[in-house]
Amino acid sequence: MGDFLSQFGELFAIYDVPAAFWVNIQLTFWAAIFSLILGTVLALMRISPIASLQWAGAAYVNILRNTPLTVIMTFLFLAVWTQLQITLSDDFAQNFFRFGVIGLTVYHAAFVCEAIRSGVNTVPLGQAEAARAIGLSFLPAARLIILPQAFRGAIAPLGNTLIALLKNSTVAVAVSVSTETSTLMREMIESNANYIYAIFMIFAIGFAVLVIPIGLLTTFLSNRLAVRR
Amino acid sequence: MSSQQSVLFDAPGPRARRFIVLGNILGALVVLGIAALVVVQLAAKGQFAAALWEPIFTSSAWQNYLIPGLQNTLRAAGFAIVGAVVFGLIFGSGRLARVRAVRWFSGVVVEFFRAVPVLLMMVFFWLLFGFNRISDDPAFLAVVIALILYNGSVIAELVRAGVGNLPKGQSEAGLAVGLTGGQVLRSIQLPQALIAMLPALVSQLVVVLKDTALGQIITYNELLRAAQIFGNGNSNNLQTLTVAALIFIVINWALTAVARWLSRYLSGRTSGVTAAGPGIGNPTAVAGGKTTGPGNAIAATGDPSAT
Repeated sequence: MGDFLSQFGELFAIYDVPAAFWVNIQLTFWAAIFSLILGTVLALMRISPIASLQWAGAAYVNILRNTPLTVIMTFLFLAVWTQLQITLSDDFAQNFFRFGVIGLTVYHAAFVCEAIRSGVNTVPLGQAEAARAIGLSFLPAARLIILPQAFRGAIAPLGNTLIALLKNSTVAVAVSVSTETSTLMREMIESNANYIYAIFMIFAIGFAVLVIPIGLLTTFLSNRLAVRR
Repeated sequence: MSSQQSVLFDAPGPRARRFIVLGNILGALVVLGIAALVVVQLAAKGQFAAALWEPIFTSSAWQNYLIPGLQNTLRAAGFAIVGAVVFGLIFGSGRLARVRAVRWFSGVVVEFFRAVPVLLMMVFFWLLFGFNRISDDPAFLAVVIALILYNGSVIAELVRAGVGNLPKGQSEAGLAVGLTGGQVLRSIQLPQALIAMLPALVSQLVVVLKDTALGQIITYNELLRAAQIFGNGNSNNLQTLTVAALIFIVINWALTAVARWLSRYLSGRTSGVTAAGPGIGNPTAVAGGKTTGPGNAIAATGDPSAT
């Protein structure tokens, strides 16, 4: 055990593990914000009564959520950057970071859209009918009755999407974000093969420490705020 | 689709119908405008040149690259889903066991493998097997084992949630006719829970299939990597990757349709909740929540009747 601990100490002294995690957290942060915006727009399109917008929203969701994230990232790197020569920043690292955020955003927006839509679906029809019956028009009914309940129903699936997004931020390596955790783990193992288990545990525990609290918080909030029916 | 519309929107009157028609035309124009913009930009960069597309539609492209790649993808996904079901059944029943130590151990294993990114596990096993020369094809083995550990943990949670979502009367009835707790689990709860979780299991197959593409990063020769090698050779990555993505989309779309159909077809066969999974992450925090009826849980994991 002491041996294991001294291995950890040695490795931490040479490699900046927290910096790699910080890159993943930043990727997750920006992608979470953008995919929440894009996903909300898509969800509004899908629940609107306008057929062309419904169709476009459904097409986006069905295409993007059935495409592997690795394919999206590789496409951004080889097709958009290499072949179409579209650059997002003059700084190499910054350019790939932005592509990483875009890849994570377009993929997870599809799941955010479905999470929000499923939140709207948890509201029983009777709620809308009751709102109409007491004389509320469209906007007050949506604001006072339907959206508060829909938001509560969407917490759990949104939390799951956030967890998936944090873990999927490692896939940014496919668009050459070379400072994130999976790359650092590979480098560390390749030059310290005898410490392979200790190195894997460092990264595994790091992710568990980040992911498990999000899961607990989501479960707590969704139970706490659940609408009793 | 109609149920969620009617929650927010009433049946439209004449004025609202005119507004909807107008919105429909405007919406279509905006969507088509964006599509046209992309097409014009691609055309301006010469991406529709026949020379870029022709190589993909030759028999050698399919025989030497895409079909072997697809076979490798399906092989890894097949082994992974079978292993994941076995893993899930063992640890899922472990979490329902009566011995506290077994429950605790299963819980730690499941939570751990659900929290670690699949890519990290793949890289770890790939390097581990490579150093120890455990297999001729360490990348394949690493892809399969990483997918088994992650998806098996998700399936273990599906098993647990499937049993948890059964009406309480089922286990009470079993106890009332004199079965022991273990017998109730084996002969009453698990059979119904397994039928109830079939749609979610098919949705999980979509996740497995998508995650095999991670194998590209550890040089496993699956569809994405095959397409990439072919695209690099012909300098037409955009075109080749588009075709590879379409193959993934068609297969996953079909699987999602099967999951939706199953969740409708099976809902009369079990007292459990038959909902398809969301196709990402861990669906059980949703399905395992305090849902009261099948309608609610299906809604919570994405309306299966929606397109």
